Amino acid sequence: MIAAALKKQFESVLGGPLEWQARPAPEMLPSGIREVDDATGGLPRGCLTEIVGPASSGRTSLLLSILAQATAREEICALVDAEDAFDPASAAAAGVQLERLIWVRSRGAERALKAADLLIQGGGFGVVVLDLGDTPPAAARRISLTSWFRLRRAVEHTPTVLVAVARQSNARTCASLMLECARERAEWSGARRASRLLRGMRARATSTKRNMICSPVFTAVAL
Amino acid sequence: MFACLHGSGALTALAFEFSPVVEQTAPHTVTLDASGLDRLFGLPQDVAVAIARRASEVGVAASLALAPNPDAAICAARGFPGVSIIPYGDEAKFLGALPLALLGPSQELRETLERWGIRRFDDMAALPPLGIAERLGPEGLHLRELARGEAERKLVPLAEPLCFEDELELEYPVDLLEPLAFVLARLINGLVTRLATRGLATNELRLRLKLETRATHERTLRLPVPSLDTKAFLKLLQLDLAAHAPAAPVVHVRLAVEPVKPQAAQSGLFVPVTPEPVKLELTLARIQAIVGEGRVGSPELVDTHRPDAFRLKKGTDAFIAARPKNASVPFLALTKLSMRIFRPPRAARVALTSGQPSFVAADGIRGKILDLAGPWRTSGDWWTADPWLRDEWDIALSDGALYRLYCCPRGWFLEGSYD
Repeated sequence: MIAAALKKQFESVLGGPLEWQARPAPEMLPSGIREVDDATGGLPRGCLTEIVGPASSGRTSLLLSILAQATAREEICALVDAEDAFDPASAAAAGVQLERLIWVRSRGAERALKAADLLIQGGGFGVVVLDLGDTPPAAARRISLTSWFRLRRAVEHTPTVLVAVARQSNARTCASLMLECARERAEWSGARRASRLLRGMRARATSTKRNMICSPVFTAVAL
Repeated sequence: MFACLHGSGALTALAFEFSPVVEQTAPHTVTLDASGLDRLFGLPQDVAVAIARRASEVGVAASLALAPNPDAAICAARGFPGVSIIPYGDEAKFLGALPLALLGPSQELRETLERWGIRRFDDMAALPPLGIAERLGPEGLHLRELARGEAERKLVPLAEPLCFEDELELEYPVDLLEPLAFVLARLINGLVTRLATRGLATNELRLRLKLETRATHERTLRLPVPSLDTKAFLKLLQLDLAAHAPAAPVVHVRLAVEPVKPQAAQSGLFVPVTPEPVKLELTLARIQAIVGEGRVGSPELVDTHRPDAFRLKKGTDAFIAARPKNASVPFLALTKLSMRIFRPPRAARVALTSGQPSFVAADGIRGKILDLAGPWRTSGDWWTADPWLRDEWDIALSDGALYRLYCCPRGWFLEGSYD
């Protein structure tokens, strides 16, 4: 009764109904790709975002764009590379400030998971990436849901964006946002067998967020 | 109470062991403020015994005098061998027999006093002050005060040499890291306390372990910023020793820290939060223990055209050195197509049709080449012992993925995939 009376009193002062259980909307980090940001609003801080898709589906281009955005904001980022597949030259070309990036060259998903956990517990990072993009699906699936839940809990209430890149979704309900990348077509120029060039790739990122499905399409151009 | 040491050896180091206020009176004379030592040792005799015992331990050959004022102590130490203790009020009586030349009067004054027949302290002390002031001036009066043991002055303190190191001889050889950590913790705590009392911090720890085999094992830890975090220091040393374990049990531990001014910085309200440097160093050391040495750091491109050439900068110095850039790129004009590298490159079996690849099979990758661009020939470093030469193709396989294929003198390889 007293609580109800107090709530009514507060609502009369504030001039509207008060949502006691409402959680503030998380701050968003833009991905740097206009089509994706328009559709999703960006990547939520303090949450786990999954980028999934097969090889050559634009996952890495999207990831490097996110890192470029974060490092341009003078944030320190960390990339835990489970299969040692990161290409510093591509990252530099994509606009990532390499001096603001920590690269952990791991061997195997289990070690990568431990390293990511330590980095998140250390705190102070803008983006922490767990890259399982080349890890065999069976090995990635062996990471228990408890481990993903632990990572999600560790990153909660921090300004860090935790990004997991994989071939298929592993975190399932622990991920606040999932971007499923799929290649549409490769873009070539020039006549066949004569001065032919790989110009880029057209990819579709389907996102599931708050029960709304959107499928922005972006093009990654070759260097 | 003041003490004076006159002799040879490491007088200053000995004096600093007993007092922080030490004066280098002359090349072979050191005076120290001994007030308060009675609380530690008891009577002045006990203080004198403690200093004399320590002097003999460290090999200092010096006469020692304790007196109520510095000049009386200096005169006694210079005039009497062994240990002298002058009680309060008996200075003139005690110093009376000493020759006046000990006070080092000027040549003119010495000649005058010689003519008067004044040769000892008690002769000088007996002269009337008014007559001395009239005939010898202020210098004569000061000389009379010294002869009577009544001169009062402050010591001119010597800056203590900033040497922060500590060592411990172990009673029995230690071959496990955990018991060694207890020893290290004790040394670190002592050194950090000494640093903190002087308003200093450290950014370098030097550990020297003497092993049972008479060999030495040395490790140096450098921190990106000065700190006084004992727990972080201990953990960093533990991780480092776990990665670089000594070859034999340890019998002696010596730890030295580099004293530097602590870092004073205030972060701005609108500056993004960054990892705390010492904590980050510790985190990276822990990760290095998991993934292996040289596999954590900040990537740096190397000025060469050689494919997949980069350097990994160790530690967190790169982030400290990284200056804020006014680079604000809300949206890149174009998203760049990026590569994922296969390390090491995957050896491939390639079928050729009309001189161009038409089919590729490698570890986990197999398919017909539907589209391709190339070849592009690149080479370099032919003037060195490690040259490189390759023909590259961008290929689209029947599984829909895009790869980079190259042919070099060692064979065909898949370098990575476009993603």
